[in-house]
Amino acid sequence: MRIFGALLCGSLFGAGLALSGMINPQKVLGFLDIAAIINNGWDPSLIFVMAGGLVVAMPFFFWAKSHDTALLGGSITLPTKRTIDRPLIIGSLIFGGGWGLAGLCPGPAISALSYMQAKPLLFVAAMLAGMALQRVFARS
Amino acid sequence: MENFTPFTSLAGGALIGLSAGLYIVLNGRIAGISGVIGGLINGTAKQKAERLAFIAGLVIGPVILALVSGYRPPITVDANLPVLVLAGLLVGYGTNLGSGCTSGHGICGLARFSPRSLAATLAFMGTGLLTTFVMRHLIGF
Repeated sequence: MRIFGALLCGSLFGAGLALSGMINPQKVLGFLDIAAIINNGWDPSLIFVMAGGLVVAMPFFFWAKSHDTALLGGSITLPTKRTIDRPLIIGSLIFGGGWGLAGLCPGPAISALSYMQAKPLLFVAAMLAGMALQRVFARS
Repeated sequence: MENFTPFTSLAGGALIGLSAGLYIVLNGRIAGISGVIGGLINGTAKQKAERLAFIAGLVIGPVILALVSGYRPPITVDANLPVLVLAGLLVGYGTNLGSGCTSGHGICGLARFSPRSLAATLAFMGTGLLTTFVMRHLIGF
């Protein structure tokens, strides 16, 4: 059952990325290019994606905070770390740099694989390599 | 603002929020995509199968949407190959080090009012905006 839960949630997520336009790197860059506001070219759509996502997700997380067991069995695992530390900030700064370069973050990059194009595939391969590199550095 | 799509973006965002909400309630897990991908290396066979199912869903989700509604947005990747590889390396390295990305911190984290996720979201939004500005207006990519 848990497998079906994951497949359902992944599919909803992927459909949401496509419907919202987040799957298109050009649209994401149209949001990140805030300077384009001067010539009326800025695209604020991503704010609506976040607003819609947060409003719908909030009650579920509110429920999850006061429950220990997931509906399909197993424990509810919420992050327990509270400190805002260097790895969190430095990692996020690095991630934002990559995001602004190509307009792709992990979710849309995976969903864009459904278009069977070379560029998203290359990006995902590089992303996996980046994740592996971080693990190697963290160990040394 | 010719490309502004408030209604489909709001509806798409709601679907993403529903997905993240259902995943924590049904499976008890955070729908953070970088975490789901990174977790493919660790964990039991059952956990890996679950994460793989989520990733398979991410790929078939846009196809299901196209079949149901006929809507299939065009995608344009402007970055050239070296920039694309550099971007991928930075995104993979950064999300692993920072324990999350736009979904894990930006949606799930903010939806449960996590100060860590707020700090992370401000950080990646900041460098995202800055990098796009440099690339588009200073370098002219």
